[in-house]
Amino acid sequence: MEKALAAVRKEEPMNTRVTIAGVEFKNPVMTASGTFGSGMEYAEFVDLNRLGAVVTKGVANVPWPGNPTPRVAEVYGGMLNAIGLQNPGIDVFCARDIPFLEQFDTRIIVNVCGKTVEDYIEVAEKLGDYPSVSMLEINVSCPNVKEGAIAFGQKADALFHITREIKKHALQPIIMKLSPNVTDIGEMARAAEAAGADALSLINTITGMKIDIHRRTFALANKTGGLSGPAIKPVAVRMVYQAAQAVKIPIIGMGGIVNAEDAIEFLLAGASAVSIGAMNFVNPYTTQEVVSGIETYMERYGIEDINDLIGAVR
Amino acid sequence: MKRKVTASLISQREIAPGIFDMWIRTELAAGAKPGQFLCLYPRDKSTLLPRPISICETAKDRDALRLVYRVAGKGTAEFSGYSEGETISVLGNLGNGFPTREAVGKKVFLMGGGIGIPPILQLAKTLRQEGMEPEAIQIIAGYRDKNLFLSQDLKKYGTLFVATEDGSAGTKGNVMDAVAENQLKADMIFACGPMPMLKAIRGYAGEKGIPAYISLEEHMACGVGACLGCVVKTREVDPHSHVHNARICTEGPVFEAQEVDI
Repeated sequence: MEKALAAVRKEEPMNTRVTIAGVEFKNPVMTASGTFGSGMEYAEFVDLNRLGAVVTKGVANVPWPGNPTPRVAEVYGGMLNAIGLQNPGIDVFCARDIPFLEQFDTRIIVNVCGKTVEDYIEVAEKLGDYPSVSMLEINVSCPNVKEGAIAFGQKADALFHITREIKKHALQPIIMKLSPNVTDIGEMARAAEAAGADALSLINTITGMKIDIHRRTFALANKTGGLSGPAIKPVAVRMVYQAAQAVKIPIIGMGGIVNAEDAIEFLLAGASAVSIGAMNFVNPYTTQEVVSGIETYMERYGIEDINDLIGAVR
Repeated sequence: MKRKVTASLISQREIAPGIFDMWIRTELAAGAKPGQFLCLYPRDKSTLLPRPISICETAKDRDALRLVYRVAGKGTAEFSGYSEGETISVLGNLGNGFPTREAVGKKVFLMGGGIGIPPILQLAKTLRQEGMEPEAIQIIAGYRDKNLFLSQDLKKYGTLFVATEDGSAGTKGNVMDAVAENQLKADMIFACGPMPMLKAIRGYAGEKGIPAYISLEEHMACGVGACLGCVVKTREVDPHSHVHNARICTEGPVFEAQEVDI
């Protein structure tokens, strides 16, 4: 009997494919924007072909210099960052980063940032010329820039407005990346869905602060920064669950994922895919290890289709 | 090729108060260049990020690599407790390193201040191996006090001048005071040390019209150029983001002094 089952399993290999807004991913493991560049820096460590998608660092219509240093600080079980979305702008990105990623058999999701609605639209329209870009992730939740970004992500009506405007111009499906720095994540999720968002991703970093008691000043030049790493995982799982209960569109879950067990928690909470963020800095092989670890988990529990895990805990 | 590997500790001892001298066995030693650094990962998972530490010396025939570091926080405190035979996760080799070929035929200053002294050792050693005469290698090391760590090693590869803040050895003052007191001259400078020292060297090199390659540090997360945490303002547009903000971990840590706004 055991043998027969094993034979059946071999003939029908387990399915790790997930579909988000009509886009199929070979597995649900992605990189969280801003922690993986455009893949170049980690291609020395990770076989990018193994990943469901590479989600790029945020890109704006023009180059952004980012914030003064120090931009990063370690905290217990996590880190704070206030990079300020330093990026080369969409033209350099299209000429350099997209062709790089096109060499690999992985989906490309481009994270889009801006100061005004028009900025976002300009980037989204340019990306429309690149069929290799499968989806756009709209960054309305970076806590480290003064204009744009989070200003659109903390009020439901502002989120609704920007989602609807970008949706009018974007050729690819759009993922709205939500901020955890809100009172009711369900309300934000519903606003994005009502405005036509194809998917949601959450959580972005949680606003935090660290004070250096020896220098008696802020650890970050920006004073505040975004908290990420294992310290935030329970908050992220809770919010993914709440958002999944609030909307029908698919969710990409992230926040402090260290290993496959963490990733599976997010799937069970309702995420259709997961992203690895800060842990890339701690262990550059994390993404690939999570891919293998999910397969091991599925084998162990005899799960034939990963989709059976998504939202299985209600 | 950068790799994260498990190294084993060959030996460790405290060579000055709070300054530890660690030799590790790792295949990374073979490809290490002076001025490059490793990221060391603490085992304590509450300290998430790797600690960037510059390479002090390599013994390539034995796959051995030396790190001399100051205990500055939880991570380095943990490392300082490791003993022979223990393992440690390291990522390397990172950064560009000192452009030693630029020194051919020149008389150079190798300037190290405090915990910036360690990378100067492998630099001096490499310059000797590349054929420079010891007279052309003027090493100027600035210490706080009479704990002149690594000075015996440095002497083997060049002419050593010492400065101490408290005047307990060599010139009283800093490395620039030692240059003045000994009336030293150079065609080129390599330096690593605290920011005030690097600023002074930048000014001196600008005045004399000589190149100065300085090694910078900044808080880092990834160490490989992805997070954009450790940037320095540059005169030219940087190759990554095209915004005059170069990554210290990748385009650096060594920059020509006039190229950076420090």
